[in-house]
Amino acid sequence: MKTIRTVTKTALVALALAGAASLAPATNFVSSAHADEQYFPLQSYRVGPYAAGGTGFFGGFIDYLNLINTRDGGVNGVKLTWDECETQYEVERGVECYERQKSHPGAAAWNPLSVGIAYAMIDRITTDKVPLITVNHGRTDSTDGRVFPFVFPLLLNPYSETSGIVNYLASREGGLEKLKGKKIVVLYHGSPYGKETIPIYELLAQKYGFEVQQIEVPHPGNEQQSQWLTIRRAKPDYVVLRGWGVMNPVALKTAQKVGYPATKIVGNVWSNSEEDVIPAGDAAIGYTAITTQASGTDYPIVKDIVKTLYDQGKGNLEDKQRIGSVYHNLGIVNGILNVEAIRIAQEKFGKRTLSGDEVRWGFEHLKLDEGKVEALGAKGLFHSINVSWDNHEGEGYVTFQQWDGKKWKVVSNWIAPDWALLRPIIEKSAEAYAKDKGITLRTAADAETVAARTN
Amino acid sequence: MTTNALRPKTLPSWLLLVLILALAYAVIPLFGTGYLIEAIMLPFLALSLAGVGLNLLTGYAGQVSLGSAAFMAVGAFAAFNFNLRVDGLPLLVSLVAAGLTAAAVGIVFGLPSLRLRGFYLAVSTLAAQFFVQWALTKFSWFSNNNPSGVIDAPTIRLAGIDMTSSLGRYYFALIVVSLLTLFAWRVATSQTGRNFIAVRDNETAANFIGVPVLKTKLLAFGLSSFIIGIAGALWAFAYLRTVEPAGFNLDRSFQILFIVIIGGLATIRGAFLGAALIVVFPVVLSRVGSLVFGSMFDSGTLDMTQRIVLGALIIAFLILEPDGLAALSHRLRLWRQAPAPAS
Amino acid sequence: MADFDYLFFLEVLTGGLLSGVMYSLVAIGFVLIYKTSGVLNFAQGSILLFAALTFVSLTEKGVPFALALAVTFAAMVAIGIAVERVVLRPLVNKPPITLFMATLGLSYVIEGAAQLLWGTQVHGLDLGIEDIPFEFHGILISTFDLFASGVAAVMVVGLLLFFRYTRVGLSFRAVADDQFAALAVGLRLPRIWATVWAASGLVALVAGLLWGARSGVQFSLSLVVLKALPVLVLGGFDSIAGAIVGGLIVGASEKLAEVYLGAFIGGGIEGWFAYVLALAFLLVRPSGLFGQNRVERV
Repeated sequence: MKTIRTVTKTALVALALAGAASLAPATNFVSSAHADEQYFPLQSYRVGPYAAGGTGFFGGFIDYLNLINTRDGGVNGVKLTWDECETQYEVERGVECYERQKSHPGAAAWNPLSVGIAYAMIDRITTDKVPLITVNHGRTDSTDGRVFPFVFPLLLNPYSETSGIVNYLASREGGLEKLKGKKIVVLYHGSPYGKETIPIYELLAQKYGFEVQQIEVPHPGNEQQSQWLTIRRAKPDYVVLRGWGVMNPVALKTAQKVGYPATKIVGNVWSNSEEDVIPAGDAAIGYTAITTQASGTDYPIVKDIVKTLYDQGKGNLEDKQRIGSVYHNLGIVNGILNVEAIRIAQEKFGKRTLSGDEVRWGFEHLKLDEGKVEALGAKGLFHSINVSWDNHEGEGYVTFQQWDGKKWKVVSNWIAPDWALLRPIIEKSAEAYAKDKGITLRTAADAETVAARTN
Repeated sequence: MTTNALRPKTLPSWLLLVLILALAYAVIPLFGTGYLIEAIMLPFLALSLAGVGLNLLTGYAGQVSLGSAAFMAVGAFAAFNFNLRVDGLPLLVSLVAAGLTAAAVGIVFGLPSLRLRGFYLAVSTLAAQFFVQWALTKFSWFSNNNPSGVIDAPTIRLAGIDMTSSLGRYYFALIVVSLLTLFAWRVATSQTGRNFIAVRDNETAANFIGVPVLKTKLLAFGLSSFIIGIAGALWAFAYLRTVEPAGFNLDRSFQILFIVIIGGLATIRGAFLGAALIVVFPVVLSRVGSLVFGSMFDSGTLDMTQRIVLGALIIAFLILEPDGLAALSHRLRLWRQAPAPAS
Repeated sequence: MADFDYLFFLEVLTGGLLSGVMYSLVAIGFVLIYKTSGVLNFAQGSILLFAALTFVSLTEKGVPFALALAVTFAAMVAIGIAVERVVLRPLVNKPPITLFMATLGLSYVIEGAAQLLWGTQVHGLDLGIEDIPFEFHGILISTFDLFASGVAAVMVVGLLLFFRYTRVGLSFRAVADDQFAALAVGLRLPRIWATVWAASGLVALVAGLLWGARSGVQFSLSLVVLKALPVLVLGGFDSIAGAIVGGLIVGASEKLAEVYLGAFIGGGIEGWFAYVLALAFLLVRPSGLFGQNRVERV
């Protein structure tokens, strides 16, 4: 036993020393001494229950950054760098990654793709003055740039998503007036994310005269028997699936079990990927879901990525079948948004490494109309974006795709959510937050003031 | 169980305690980096406090609980609500009130211990875990009707000083942890502590000699949940600055139980040693891993390897050093003091 | 309330009973191990995940069904032997909670190994059963669930026959009854434990395949273990019959509660209802329906 103790003791001491050494803030990163570089800290998740989404999204994001470096030599000569820190989608891991990565110079923006982690970071990034991008999700009231200068729920926030879905259902019925008297069930994930849109459904139901019923599925959603039997009994015209993770395929399978047609089920933005439908097998055929970026490999930019990276063996995804999937394309679009923000900021501040605040300015002037989107090779991939200093969402358009058993096919035009209806609600909520925290509302002039670079 | 349990405060000498306090109150704030404080010390403090609390229940009193995270959640949300809804309540008072709330909930869910033992009790504490998580999510009153159900921590003000900065939160957490550890030590070394141990070791015999078994068990649940509740409030207020019920899930309960078991049941310092390992080890492994292997393996592979190593480490500890790190450190000290006989 | 919808009630009840059978499947794996070695194997969920992942990954690579099944079973046996040698043997005389903790650590190891080996993708699992619902006197019944119950029934009958009539089965029961007496009679405990873990691995494989077909094969599959625990509490940790009855009770009451009680409280109570039910039950009968009563001697 003595040798075991000695070995254990030595091992512990060695571990402690290694630990102490490696706990020092990262000083061994490649310094931007020679060429200018812009750094993207990636709090990625490639393991854990949501790994499939994470590998797709971060794969696409990295692919796009790689493409810019390889094909264009960076953004106006400024190379893009990044590194990954695994969070497993857990909040404290995300925070630890943040603390670890933030000492790296030249950080452009944070892209955690996790609501929990984003919330925990809001205070921190506001102090550190680096933008936080929560594409397609995030804190709804962070759309109001007067209160949240550094948080950007690009393209879509939960309220817009709801409005988009209702508008689509209306288009299926033949117009918003035709929604009157219809019955919609929202099957939501038993978590704050799931509950978040309940008030908006109520509001829209009142406005357009349809009946809405909210049914909860407790996390993680392996079992949905009673919920779907209840749905079957209620005989709604549509079921909106506001799911997450395993809840999605189980919902589709259970729907089949009780005989509710998949064609009447519409999924939200976190129930819209291949990973959500493939495990459901043929129960998913005919299921429709919202998306801000279309799937497929036919777009010039995706083809570019395949040619420049994957054909040379430099692509990030392990499984080439996943190129062009929903999450992969989301990563690519996110890449486009981040890089264009940098490009726009560089026009103003100089073609060099930018500070976080300068990148923030860039995001606040990120206006890509359909022409610009086409020039970037993304026509049809996503519609447009129009960020301004007080609208951090950017009025993203949505479309809907239907699963045919093998892939997603776009079945709708680009639809605009009812931003005018939602804006006052968002402003009210943001103002309440500002009052609570003692934040003064920004003005347009404030937004134009940019802090000088400190690193 | 280890005979350490009957020994007073686990440090063998004055000096060691003073050194540790000096390290915590002076050295670390002076020389520690932001990373050390934000990402290592703050979670360490919160988790060790939770470990101290759980140790009273599971280590000293022998009542197995798998629902500690639920009590952390109660503490966090209670502290938030007291602070929010009762005007002018000092933060420390809110913390104590939160602890008392958690204690009340703990006693309610501890009632089954009057009839159940072992695994049955463990499984029934899971009822607490799932019920509390559900209730906190379902009733939006708890999170002040925030549409996302996530609560933002308030500014931390102690005696008029704003302590929301990194160092401020560190000192805040440190003071709370020091006070409560002292409290736990007093409990452990008092008659109550001895009652706990008696009930743990042989309930029938304890009953026979006059230990009020029912009261003792409920007291164990109450005191333990009090401390764990405040640990939860620290976790939310000092460390993460936001909190949602999902952060207090079953994995967290298991994490705290690991801390207590690896650190050493029925010792106060065990909680700190265990928490240190649990907090630091994954970080160290990830850093060392990325240094050595770099981009050869993606972060996912690295992480899975970590999971395997952590699991293996737990098994190894249970096999090789079942009384935890506390016993190991104790034995190392003895080993160094007296030369071991030739074997 | 106007007309009580009896048909709907029966529908929910039937669905619940069938779900309950799925829970029992998982619980039986626990029972096997607990009965013979007193260990509550929390790693059962990860083993289930590992079995399902292995099978699905093999079939996706083109390996025929039967061969994939055989290879997976072999892997289960290997795991059983390894666990007995590396984890159980060194911990032989430790208190049950230590063993439970060890299985917790084990679950981490197996989960990590499963994902390292087979990746973190989600997979669909098609067992070839069309889940077209059919109506029986106006009540909707799921074809797949019926099939699963059939499989479970076959397995249970097989196990019961095994325990009663085969030598290996008898030795299991001997060890479950009294370890020292079994030793005295000449039974080799390590070998028996390894066999038990392998048998439990087989049960996990069947459960894994059925659950995987029901809800897809991915990481959260290992969470079914959380549903099995109340079943064990109700039915007793060491009784197969108890696991079945417990599963039926849990499945049925959970679904009925969600539909009828949940309507008042707002839904989502399925997550904790089974636990609270088990708790309430335990307060009346502290060792479950079929469990063995512990006698206290002063």
